[in-house]
Amino acid sequence: MSATDLAVESAIRDLETTPAPKPSLHRAPLELRALKSGVLTGLTWIAALLASVPLFSVIYELVVAGGSRLSWETLTALPPSAFDLGGGFGNAIVGTLVMVGIATLISLPLGILAAVYLAILDPDSRLAHTVRFLAKVLTGFPSILAGVFVYAVMVVTMKTYSALAGGVALAVLMLPTVVLAAEQAMAMVPKKMKDAAYGIGCTRTQVIWKVVLPTGAPGILTGAMLAIAGAAGNSAPLLFTALFSDYYLRSLTEPTASLAILIFNFSGMPYENQIQLAWAASLVLVLIVLVFNILARIIGRQKY
Amino acid sequence: MNANPERMTAGTAPARNGIVMDCQLEKVFYGDFLAVRDSKVPIEKNKITGFIGPSGCGKSTVLRSLNRMNDLIPIFRFQGKVSYHGQDIYDKKVDPVVVRRYIGMVFQQPNPFAMSIYDNVAFGLRLNGFKGNLDERVEKALHGAAIWNEVKDKLKNSGLSLSGGQQQRLCIARAIATEPDVLLMDEPCSALDPIATRRVEELMVELKEKYTIALVTHNMQQAIRVADTTAFFGVDISQGSRTGYLVEMGPTKKIFEEPEQQLTRQYVRGEFS
Repeated sequence: MSATDLAVESAIRDLETTPAPKPSLHRAPLELRALKSGVLTGLTWIAALLASVPLFSVIYELVVAGGSRLSWETLTALPPSAFDLGGGFGNAIVGTLVMVGIATLISLPLGILAAVYLAILDPDSRLAHTVRFLAKVLTGFPSILAGVFVYAVMVVTMKTYSALAGGVALAVLMLPTVVLAAEQAMAMVPKKMKDAAYGIGCTRTQVIWKVVLPTGAPGILTGAMLAIAGAAGNSAPLLFTALFSDYYLRSLTEPTASLAILIFNFSGMPYENQIQLAWAASLVLVLIVLVFNILARIIGRQKY
Repeated sequence: MNANPERMTAGTAPARNGIVMDCQLEKVFYGDFLAVRDSKVPIEKNKITGFIGPSGCGKSTVLRSLNRMNDLIPIFRFQGKVSYHGQDIYDKKVDPVVVRRYIGMVFQQPNPFAMSIYDNVAFGLRLNGFKGNLDERVEKALHGAAIWNEVKDKLKNSGLSLSGGQQQRLCIARAIATEPDVLLMDEPCSALDPIATRRVEELMVELKEKYTIALVTHNMQQAIRVADTTAFFGVDISQGSRTGYLVEMGPTKKIFEEPEQQLTRQYVRGEFS
């Protein structure tokens, strides 16, 4: 027997006879890995705080600078002219809501139908892949280009800026968000649920209407609400399409006021009154977006 | 009219006049792949016909051919005939959607809809434009699926809030609410625990009084416990691919105790699976 064999044997004997040392289970906060972990945790905390600084400072600024001018008058009156005092932006609130409404009426049905095709009817077709790719590209589309496009297609041909053109421009921006969110919501409806519907004697249309759409509805609506919130705050596409108006909306085919454009116009003016109104309008816009976000959360809650 | 004595005695040869569905499958393809061949499977009225066999033997494929569920797979192709009350359900004039309203299905995974318990059961009735007393029919179906007592106070709750065994009984209630003729059950207990399995098995035996049941099961003990007739499917690998076929079919007792085929004997003894 060699020396190593003997050594191994005695080691094995030792293992068998001597009891294992009691392991220490206590925390060792000064150990290197504990320190590293602590530092990294701290960094993530700081990063999270920093990320919320812009949002909170914007809201703080808006409330301080715009809150004081918020009154029934500002919410309903028409914009003041250069040296006037008082006034408001009632027409811009109406204009924004109307144009967002038009955009929703266009993009929601179109987007959901397109999503039905992508998610259910022919998910692997060449057309579906192309549409999905284009929708993803379009989500990152510079919003001003949507305005330029609609300017060429509608404003030039109709020879007027209009709420209609503004609504279409916003719809162009909303569509990809709606399509992709709705597709994802519908694709997440489990196959076994669709099988159950077919098994009970549903046609494909009935499977879509009675099972897939209701089951996917919370996700679809969340996507829609987020798209609406995004459109409401967008000014660039309206610059070339709806322009602005100092009066209440009378027809969908005339230039129309919107909060985003009012803020853009008034914030650059040298008059204190207009600047204050721009702040108040910003606050109202944020509140509108906030309301849509809260609605999205309430509607998006899974019912079953 | 006297009842046919043959039909009343379990374990005798199937009486031809009691056959609700006569599956005469010649070939079933998925694309170029021959999945099942030459299987004649008559399904008798008010009996449970069990389909057993090793995995890949095509028993689920055959079951799903009986209500044209396989038509949802674009590459599926069926050659042969399935006569149901004298009509071939694969006839060109037949609408598979209508077939499925008469021949209900319970799946391997419990699959309630994301709706209330009540709406799950009422779903098929509403689909068919049922005009009578909906509450009554829903209650009747839930009683029929032996789940009424557990859910009667929470019909508005989500069907998905129930346990797996309860969900499966809810799915059975949903399937029987429209009073189909035949119930196809594709391994309905494979996702359930033993207690829930036992409840569903008891339920199947009760249900055969009113319905005709075809049951695919992986569990031979289950076939022995509930099936009146058993069809054993095997896998033919002689052609280089795996093709399922019916090896033999007969009264359950005979299949498990004195089968005619060597292969059946080996399978029921657990020599392969």
